[in-house]
Amino acid sequence: MKHALLSLLTACMLLGAANSALAAKPAESIPAANLVQPADWATQVKDGSAAKTLMLHVGFKTMFDQAHIPGSEYAGPGNTGAGLQVLRDRVAGLAKGAPILIYCGCCPWSRCPNVAAAYDALVELGFTNVKAIIINDNFGTDWVDKGYPTAKTQ
Amino acid sequence: MTMRAFLLVLAALAGLFSDHASAMKLGDVAPDFTRADQGDKDVQLSRYRGKLVLLNFWASWCPPCREEMPVFSRWQKTLQPAGLQVIGVSMDDDRSEVKRFLSQYPVSYPIVMGDARFAEQFGGVLGLPLTYLIDAQGRVVARYQGEADLAKMEAKVKEMLRR
Repeated sequence: MKHALLSLLTACMLLGAANSALAAKPAESIPAANLVQPADWATQVKDGSAAKTLMLHVGFKTMFDQAHIPGSEYAGPGNTGAGLQVLRDRVAGLAKGAPILIYCGCCPWSRCPNVAAAYDALVELGFTNVKAIIINDNFGTDWVDKGYPTAKTQ
Repeated sequence: MTMRAFLLVLAALAGLFSDHASAMKLGDVAPDFTRADQGDKDVQLSRYRGKLVLLNFWASWCPPCREEMPVFSRWQKTLQPAGLQVIGVSMDDDRSEVKRFLSQYPVSYPIVMGDARFAEQFGGVLGLPLTYLIDAQGRVVARYQGEADLAKMEAKVKEMLRR
């Protein structure tokens, strides 16, 4: 009986872990005060002031390789434990007040599985100056097609 | 700074701020490709000339993609006799994730792996889902970026199959 209960508990935990990857926290959970519009950030990239901020792409490598914000680094994906560990490792040792900007743009904002998880992970680590670019449709439509500065992995 | 160094800096800056590959336009011939499906069987786009191809870029982590796939799988079964062929291109970083996903949620059409280079041939895949309809002559006749209206897409597919 004890063995059966233990097996059931293990199965539930595994199922829960699998589902957590599928049912990601919505991007809307990020406070509005911590959101940045693409046009505003593009201005900062162009005038060089964005360079003071650690910019992290928390989406998927195939997307990052095709197009990303110049100067940003890949630290994802935010929807997996392994991806969040990449993010944690990257910010380890930074001052808690260090400016950090995260972005994804893999999917429509309301369906993005990465950005809220990455935001929460940074807040849980104690970072107090974390912002996210609100990308309504996807990085192609809301950044690249607008003619904002773009780099790709060589 | 020497002229050579100056030119190198200029070239680097040009690369840094260059646009991604321009998006494919309606009427363009879709680039041919040959990629192995999940059963290691080659899938070559040009072998489907004469059919209407629904080419769907997706990923296992993409919620709207996961909602579309059962519908595409049904279309593959019901509309294949009329000339439809669905091909899925996974943009997952890891093939094992795709295998795991498909073992849970199998589909009735071939799935190949994509990557950044593959995506650029199609003008870039900078958001998912992304679906192209490619006609019997290999030309792109429709492009659906993001969460598509599947009823409208189905109507377009059926209209193309009637031609």
